[in-house]
Formats: sequence, C-alpha cells, structure tokens
Amino acid sequence: MHVLLGVGGSDLSYQALDETIERAREAGDEVTVAVFDGHETDAGEDEVQERVRERLDETGFEAEIRRLSGDPGSRLVDVAESEGFDRIVLGSGERSTLGKIQLGSIAEFVLLNAQTPVTLIR
Amino acid sequence: MTRRYPDEPAGTFPAPPRQVTDSEDRSIQLRCADGTDRTALIEMYKQFDPADRAQGIPPARETAIERWLENILDTDRYNVVASHEGDLIGHATLVPDEDDGYELAIFVLSAYQGAGIGTELVETLLGHGQSEGIEQVWLTVERWNDPAIALYRKVGFETSNSERFEQEMSIRLA
Repeated sequence: MHVLLGVGGSDLSYQALDETIERAREAGDEVTVAVFDGHETDAGEDEVQERVRERLDETGFEAEIRRLSGDPGSRLVDVAESEGFDRIVLGSGERSTLGKIQLGSIAEFVLLNAQTPVTLIR
Repeated sequence: MTRRYPDEPAGTFPAPPRQVTDSEDRSIQLRCADGTDRTALIEMYKQFDPADRAQGIPPARETAIERWLENILDTDRYNVVASHEGDLIGHATLVPDEDDGYELAIFVLSAYQGAGIGTELVETLLGHGQSEGIEQVWLTVERWNDPAIALYRKVGFETSNSERFEQEMSIRLA
C-alpha cells in the first residue's frame, strides 16, 4: 500500500508520523510525507520538513518528503487521487482546554472530499 | 486565533444559588460547585448516557472522568451544579481559554433533559460569570444538535463561526 501522510506541524501530526512509520514497517507500506504549514504552531514549512527528516533519520525509515504548496487540504486530496495513493493519513482532533475535540479545517476538508480512504490519528 | 463576540452585551443573568421548578414540576437546586463536589460529580458522570457525549466529553472511563474533572474543577474555573432531591443531575462549567474568553459546556442527565433545566443551568452559570467579572464566553456545538443550538440562542448566544463541523457560538456578558 502507498500511503500519503500529511504533516502540518501540530503535535498530533508528528504522532501520526510515528504511528505511520511503525505501521508501515509491519505492513511493508510505502510512505510519502507531504509537508505543509498547518498554521497550528509558529513552525513554518522548513521547520516542519526538518523535523520530519530528523524523525525519519532517527528511525532509519525511508520515505519521500515533499512540499505541498497552496491549500493543504485540497492539495492532499489532489495528490492522492492523481498519483494513485491508496490512503491518506492525517493527525487531527486537538482538544480545547475544556476537553472538547475539534477537527482542524484541513482534516475536515480531506475527510469530506477525498476519494481514497482516510485514516485520522488522534 | 481570534474569536468573534457580539458587540452588545447580553442582559443580566441570575446568579446562584437558586431554586427553580422544571417543566415536570421537580424542584431543582442550582449552586456553585468546587473541588468538594468531585466525588458526587464522578458519580453523576458515571451515569451519563454515552449517546449524549459530545466532542469527546464527558470521557467514558472512570479514570478519564477523574482526570478531566481535575482540570474542570481547578482554580480559575467556574462551576454550577443542578441537583434534585440531593443528587447531582446537571453541571455547567466555564474554563478560561488562551485569550480573555471562557469556554462553556453543560451536561444534564438524560432523565432530566427536555425540562428546561439546561436553560436554567446556563443562565445561572452566566450570572455567576457576570458576578466574577467575566466578559466573553464561547462554546462549540455539533452542527446537527438542534435542541442545544436552540437553547443557546434563546439564552442570547450568537453564531460566531459556522464553517466547521462544530458550530461556534459566543456571548458578551459586559
């Protein structure tokens, strides 16, 4: 299976990276990491990409990293469809101080618009 | 993230403690709550119908309920509980956000829903908030939860963001 993992810089997006690596190792999945600026932290794309690179190096897992320019949600859906990915994986569902879970707008867009299965990590 | 609030403040809300009669003629006590109500609240949330959970709260397992209540009953939070014949049957809370606003949530046990208690709870909590100098309150509600949205509207909340799965509503208290 060829997995498209979106990483936008939130804590949950890095958790999704770790879980995807672990799962891909067991299942023999091929992974492409799409890096974007999810505007959930101050980290820009460069910083997110660097952190993804470090994590991949630490775990010794090989995956292609690429940048998504433009609107991250629609770009994830486009790339998954036009390049024949089998699944999109995203981390989303941060909690407010009160404890309510809220999906980010990017995850919402992907869930509603993707033609491929979507795995939400939270 | 900047939240939008109505320009005009809402009117004055009644402050706790209060006693009200619900539409099924039950006498309901509304009062402030704090850490000493922790055990009673855990008991109440253990009875909570899983179908009435919203956006992941209240949590289902007892240990998760305890952890969640620890946060909700911490300092700088404002809590009002509703009781009937000595048992807690509802709870409303205001928790500060990262700016100057407070997030609101209410919970009423299913046997006591639809009797006007939720409205009284929210109004009494807002009255409590007003007397504590809170000016901005917001909440999120699932877009398909019409009874809850109608309740919040009636109390004076206005929709501030409807582009998400969860509709955001807000009110200005002063």
